[in-house]
Amino acid sequence: MIRLENLRKVFSGSTRPAVTDLTMDIARGECVTLIGPSGCGKTTTLKMINRIIEPTSGQITVDGRNAMAIPVHELRRSIGYVIQQIGLFPHRTIAQNIGTVPSLLGWDDTRIADRVEELVETVGLDHEMLGRYPSELSGGQQQRVGVARALAADPPVLLMDEPFGAVDPIVRNRLQAEFHELQDSLGKTVVFVTHDVDEAIFLGNRMAILEMGGILAQYDAPEKILAEPASMFVERFLGGERGLKRLSLLAVIDAGLERGPFVDVTAGPEEARRVMEANAVDWLGLLDGDRLLGWVDGSRVGSSQLRDLEPRSFLVTLDSRDSLRTALDAVVTSHARVAVVVDDGIYRGMLDLEAIAGEVTE
Amino acid sequence: MTLVGQAAPLIDWEWIGRNMDQIVERTWEHLGLTAVSVLLGLVISVGLAIIALRWRWTYAPITWVTGLLYTIPSLALFALLVPIVGLNATNAVIALTSYTLLIIIRNLVAGIDGVPASVTEAADGMGYTPQARFWRMEVPLALPAIIAGLRIATVTTVGLVTVTAVLGLGGYGFFILRGLNTFFWTQILVGVVLSVVLATLLDVGFVWLERVLSPWARGRQ
Ligand SMILES: Nc1ncnc2c1ncn2[C@@H]1O[C@H](COP(=O)(O)OP(=O)(O)O)[C@@H](O)[C@H]1O
Ligand SMILES: [Mg+2]
Repeated sequence: MIRLENLRKVFSGSTRPAVTDLTMDIARGECVTLIGPSGCGKTTTLKMINRIIEPTSGQITVDGRNAMAIPVHELRRSIGYVIQQIGLFPHRTIAQNIGTVPSLLGWDDTRIADRVEELVETVGLDHEMLGRYPSELSGGQQQRVGVARALAADPPVLLMDEPFGAVDPIVRNRLQAEFHELQDSLGKTVVFVTHDVDEAIFLGNRMAILEMGGILAQYDAPEKILAEPASMFVERFLGGERGLKRLSLLAVIDAGLERGPFVDVTAGPEEARRVMEANAVDWLGLLDGDRLLGWVDGSRVGSSQLRDLEPRSFLVTLDSRDSLRTALDAVVTSHARVAVVVDDGIYRGMLDLEAIAGEVTE
Repeated sequence: MTLVGQAAPLIDWEWIGRNMDQIVERTWEHLGLTAVSVLLGLVISVGLAIIALRWRWTYAPITWVTGLLYTIPSLALFALLVPIVGLNATNAVIALTSYTLLIIIRNLVAGIDGVPASVTEAADGMGYTPQARFWRMEVPLALPAIIAGLRIATVTTVGLVTVTAVLGLGGYGFFILRGLNTFFWTQILVGVVLSVVLATLLDVGFVWLERVLSPWARGRQ
């Protein structure tokens, strides 16, 4: 779908190339993560694909067409683009921002409005935000708008330059998980630049590791690279704990969740005690049907109806799409014994440190 | 207690009533001189700002020349222009316009320069042509700064118009000058107060204009 051939960029005033004879094939529907140390030429490579930077030499083919031979504006309108600074247009409403490329392509207003409505659903935004201006949104919401805007004209190719770099870690994990799922359903051809190894492993079908000067050090599936780093550089770049990094490849839901000591609020004290005993714990999780209410201390069970006990919130709540790496970080940093997995309020199961550790050694 | 021996009241309302026609006429003159000068200043500034943005090296000489114009005392500038264009409205407009240039150009260039690089990069990446990007991204985003420049230029010009009284024009300045010559306080006060009121009204007008044209900038700055 995208083919880079001997791509080279030497910036004027510089003697060493920023990108050196890079050759890469990116298949249709594949998400390739470009990763490497700061200044290694990731952004330069990405921007050559939509010709924001003109290559010094080499060939770029996008969807079978020579990218150099297409008028640059036409090329760019057929490629979705998300940058780290988000770059929403401050003077345009969210709806207008999302509709940018369709309106450049001359779609009529109703078609644009329909498409915007659809995308708001896709990226998980509120409809009421459509009339607002970007400055009225949080960083995470703005980044969602950035993704929606890139997807607007349904381009086959998506270029993303550290798209989740500007948001805080918790929001970033959520956005990564959602993007992972989105990519599964949309099947775009994605080139995703990041400097975060876990993100590259989690999102990439293949990872391209670049050395300084834009030299391709290794290009393969994350599992392969983790198992067999091609060089000292790659090994050192991935850092220690390659076993831990594998966790980024797995979603929480893959870890075999347990139900844990959870009962419905309608349960009687005997059942509650039996469940705690069976799980060998001194606390009890409360559910209202499928919905998670919280937990209560074992000593309070039996003192009154479960319904009347005021449950406390769990320290760590995960989404089933989060990576196990995210789960591990959350559990360790919060000193929690368990993490509960909840999708839109619905309880899916729980996970403890041992369950995660089991996945590392496997 | 009453003040004894005060020759004339500070404000002679009767004079104002008798001269309403003239006040209205001078209002139009004042507004006309201000509007023509600021609009002309805007047109010239846009041209110069486009040159300065296109060829960066021209910005320093442009601000140097317009800055120099700005420092010439207004009375001197009117006098300097008399041998060239005479004692008339053209003289006044040339001088007044030249005072607006520095402020408007600086705000135009600063406004365009203030557009975040992320916005221009995103616009390029979405497939905007350079021209479309300029008119649909950079200009609207620079609008608050541009309007701020026009606002200062306008208020300054309203004040300066009074000085054109020496050319036989002056808008409200006409009353001030004649009042000073005849020690007639009412005329001086009418000239000063109306000039301040006009400047304030125009100032408020620009604030409103900014709100209407740049609703997205509300609550910022
Ligand atoms: N516009 C430019 N002009 C000159 N040098 C540049 C330009 N953009 C990037 N570079 C240089 O090219 C190299 C690669 O930059 P970049 O692709 O931005 O790195 P990365 O995105 O991997 O951090 C760096 O040494 C950087 O200084
Ligand atoms: Mg970069």
